[in-house]
Amino acid sequence: MYVAVKGGEKAIRNAHKLMARDRRGDTSVPSLGLKQISEQLYLSVSRVMAEGSLFDAELAALGIKQSRGDLIEAAFLMRAYRTTLPRFGYSKPIDTAKMLIRRRISATYKDLPGGQLLGPTFDYTQRLLDFKLAADGEAPAPETQEFEKEEVVPRVTDLLNDEGLIEPDEPIAPDTPVGDITREPLTFPADRDLRLQNLARGDEGFLLALGYSTQRGFGRTHPFAGEIRLGEVEVDFFMEELGFEVPLGTMTVTECQMINQFQGSASAPPQFTRGYGLVPGQGERKVMAMALVDRSLRAEELGEEIDSPTQDQEFVLSHSDNVQATGFVEHLKLPHYVDFQSELELIRKVRKEWQEKREAAEQELVAEAAQ
Amino acid sequence: MTERVETQGISGEHYNFAYLDEQTKRMIRRTILKGIAVPGYQVPFAAREMPMPYGWGTGGVQVTAAVIGKNDCLKMIDQGSDDTTNAVALRNFFVETTGVDTTTKTKDASIIQTRHRIPEETLTKDQVLVYQVPIPEPLRFLEPRETETRKMHALEEYGLMHVKLYEDIAKFGHIATAYAYPVMVQDRYVMDPSPTPKFDNPKMDQMEALQLFGAGREKRIYAIPPHTKVVSLDFEDHPFEVTKFEQPCAICGAEEVYLDEVILDDDGNRMFVCSDSDFCEERRDAGHVGHLGTNPLEAEGND
Repeated sequence: MYVAVKGGEKAIRNAHKLMARDRRGDTSVPSLGLKQISEQLYLSVSRVMAEGSLFDAELAALGIKQSRGDLIEAAFLMRAYRTTLPRFGYSKPIDTAKMLIRRRISATYKDLPGGQLLGPTFDYTQRLLDFKLAADGEAPAPETQEFEKEEVVPRVTDLLNDEGLIEPDEPIAPDTPVGDITREPLTFPADRDLRLQNLARGDEGFLLALGYSTQRGFGRTHPFAGEIRLGEVEVDFFMEELGFEVPLGTMTVTECQMINQFQGSASAPPQFTRGYGLVPGQGERKVMAMALVDRSLRAEELGEEIDSPTQDQEFVLSHSDNVQATGFVEHLKLPHYVDFQSELELIRKVRKEWQEKREAAEQELVAEAAQ
Repeated sequence: MTERVETQGISGEHYNFAYLDEQTKRMIRRTILKGIAVPGYQVPFAAREMPMPYGWGTGGVQVTAAVIGKNDCLKMIDQGSDDTTNAVALRNFFVETTGVDTTTKTKDASIIQTRHRIPEETLTKDQVLVYQVPIPEPLRFLEPRETETRKMHALEEYGLMHVKLYEDIAKFGHIATAYAYPVMVQDRYVMDPSPTPKFDNPKMDQMEALQLFGAGREKRIYAIPPHTKVVSLDFEDHPFEVTKFEQPCAICGAEEVYLDEVILDDDGNRMFVCSDSDFCEERRDAGHVGHLGTNPLEAEGND
């Protein structure tokens, strides 16, 4: 367009004003506070922290408010902010065995050291709309009890490992550099650390669908939920200048260890294999799906046949990022009239030739019939 | 270029000159230098997340941010025009984060960032043309796997592309690619010129200005240094042809320029006007008038 786009600057300004008005909605209704969002919509906040790749509940709450509850847009806001932050270094690996546990369940054992702890979950609730909530009824506070804070709850995979039934974690040398897809472009084949980082930032819906597809037979992995745990872990940072580690604080994480069947190969005995999922905040669906996808992506390393989308690194890792996906899908609404014009010219030309050819053929037929 | 500028436009926060931190800019400049050293080769780089969506020019913006200095004069176009919404948004981004001068005049700009067009006016050795690239891989729609296409480039294995072009001819009688028409750079790499119309392809050949291509989402940068041979792929018996328009620009009378088709009324009447809005304006200022005289849409008070 030539003229219609003049004044674009003013149009943009006004569009943003209108959006701000719509975001606020009816001004007789109180505006949302960030605390209300981070306290009462914590699962949304968790998703935004995971996909936005930044552990900060208050910023995530701001993103959710600013984006009118569009969680992908909120994750995008987090990413764009995160990219401007200086990088001081990488923390020491967190130790989830030392987690201060709020929920911990295993589907593979009836009982186990550390016990089953149901914790805060939607599981086993009746999915009935609760009209008391609509009437703003406060739920009764749960009873509390003292507990041993220092308790270490061993991971199920460590228990299995004692027997050699599950593959051990790959030993990693202490000076191994940490892969980081936000600092180096992703190349294929990608190692597992990069794959896990990609999945942890990946879209929950995309991973859910992929994980589900493996359960339905597109690259079956025979999974068991060995363990899911939720709680707080300490994050430590090694200070070069001081020569020792300092705690930076605690963060909430959800972790899932899937245990998968494995027939064994020439080099490895039959044993269970692992699929792993971990996200900041509370994101049980995400970590379970992530663990399924992680295990499927190990097909090549385990010598399995690759014939399903979820086993295909390039397919999964190139399309898991919803900030990238939404940007590219939605860029189709940008003007494309220059390319479209060249297509118009081409299709007119090709159609004209087609018509001419057809008319010529028809005339030939008429001439033949006349003979 | 280490000074910081006030950028009240972005939530009152203070960002580095041209938004990116200096380390990131250095990383991008190294990538650009490698791209210049190997014309047409797609150099992977660790594209950053930018405050505009992927697919909306993040690659071009990062390249511009890495090469811009405070004495530069920036022109930002989309579809050939300075006034398209996304061009306005990206220009404002650089105004807010660098404070550099901007212009709509092609000849006054030292850096021109573009989406989908090359300006009509011949660019000079003192200018840099930065393209926004959505899919940098010319072989992508023939082979979706990066692992495969990188191998094909390394081995100069471009048979698949020629087969595709040949199949077009067999089916339609023409090469049915009207934009993002593949080129061969310096007899070595097949390159995607970004979705510019093929009309613009010949301008890339032996251009005096430096041409830089940024693909943010796909994390690739490539370059064509000044005076580099750029040839549109074709066959001896089906040589490359640029799009020809049957009429000149309706309001400035320019011929042999790329035109946009504007529908004027419900009866399907249309006019063709220059896609390069600055070029058209310059001509009208110089007294050229097309067959529709003045802009018929403006005449109706269409602001």
